[in-house]
Amino acid sequence: MIFATVGTQLPFPRLMDALNALAAGTSEEFIAQTGEATENRSALQEMKSLQPAEFSDLFLRARVVVSHAGIGSILSARKFGKPLIIVPRRHALDEHRNDHQMATARQVEGSPGIYVAWETDALADLLASDLAPASEAMSPAREHLIAHIAKLLA
Amino acid sequence: MLHLHSEGFVMGKRVLAVASAGGHWQQMMLLRDSFSGHQTLFLTTLDGLPEQFDAHPARILRDCNRNDLIGIVICTLQLSWQLLRFRPDAVISTGALPGVIALALGRMLGAKTIWIDSVANAEEMSMSGKLAKRFAHHWLSQWQHVAQAEGAEYAGAVL
Repeated sequence: MIFATVGTQLPFPRLMDALNALAAGTSEEFIAQTGEATENRSALQEMKSLQPAEFSDLFLRARVVVSHAGIGSILSARKFGKPLIIVPRRHALDEHRNDHQMATARQVEGSPGIYVAWETDALADLLASDLAPASEAMSPAREHLIAHIAKLLA
Repeated sequence: MLHLHSEGFVMGKRVLAVASAGGHWQQMMLLRDSFSGHQTLFLTTLDGLPEQFDAHPARILRDCNRNDLIGIVICTLQLSWQLLRFRPDAVISTGALPGVIALALGRMLGAKTIWIDSVANAEEMSMSGKLAKRFAHHWLSQWQHVAQAEGAEYAGAVL
């Protein structure tokens, strides 16, 4: 099963339309949290929003998760140990208030289990390949920030 | 510091941790080890989320953003109530606007205030981060180049 999520703030029809086209050509199940009232994309099981428990459940059941380049989605993939394909929202297409998702995607590209589809055309090849899971291993940068905050609170 | 509490004596400070649902909350969860020795109250904006992360005690706030005046009023009243009851020694937020309001109120009540700007903001401080600057004793970006450009502290990142 492929789980797609666009976060709680804004819909992302470009991504959903692309996934709908891909889902139509395969027998694999596609479940999508769309952030918009149901558009009746025929090949997707669409839901506008999800309760936290439903979200976790779908994330855990998915073979691969596809999402916008939101930090919540990236951190969820690490928490649940799933491969994640991110498609950054573009300011030029009115998909977000600025291009911060492009910056996020550039920063996390190449980190284990996180794959960037700069264009939706790249999704088909990525979904067909063998993707590694993301992981929540402690990074030196996170360890350092935790120690710093602990010091501020001491 | 020692506090008399209904369950008895609890060591540590009272830390109020405020984060909106989504990435803000996830980042707070990745940083929670930094205040695990303290008495913490979590505030977020989505019912069921604290249970998913075993974060307790926790309360739910009405979410708000700068285009939602009624939401801002409700959220501010809820935060005022929580702050007056909990009397935090420190308020920490990873965003977004409810966290800014929490820092402003916390500072008025004499708490130490810490803003950790979301790691999503890799090019400049977030809109809420810019608002939080005047209320934060410690104003952190998770990107070294952003911190340098905006006069924030950098001390690492959750990624």
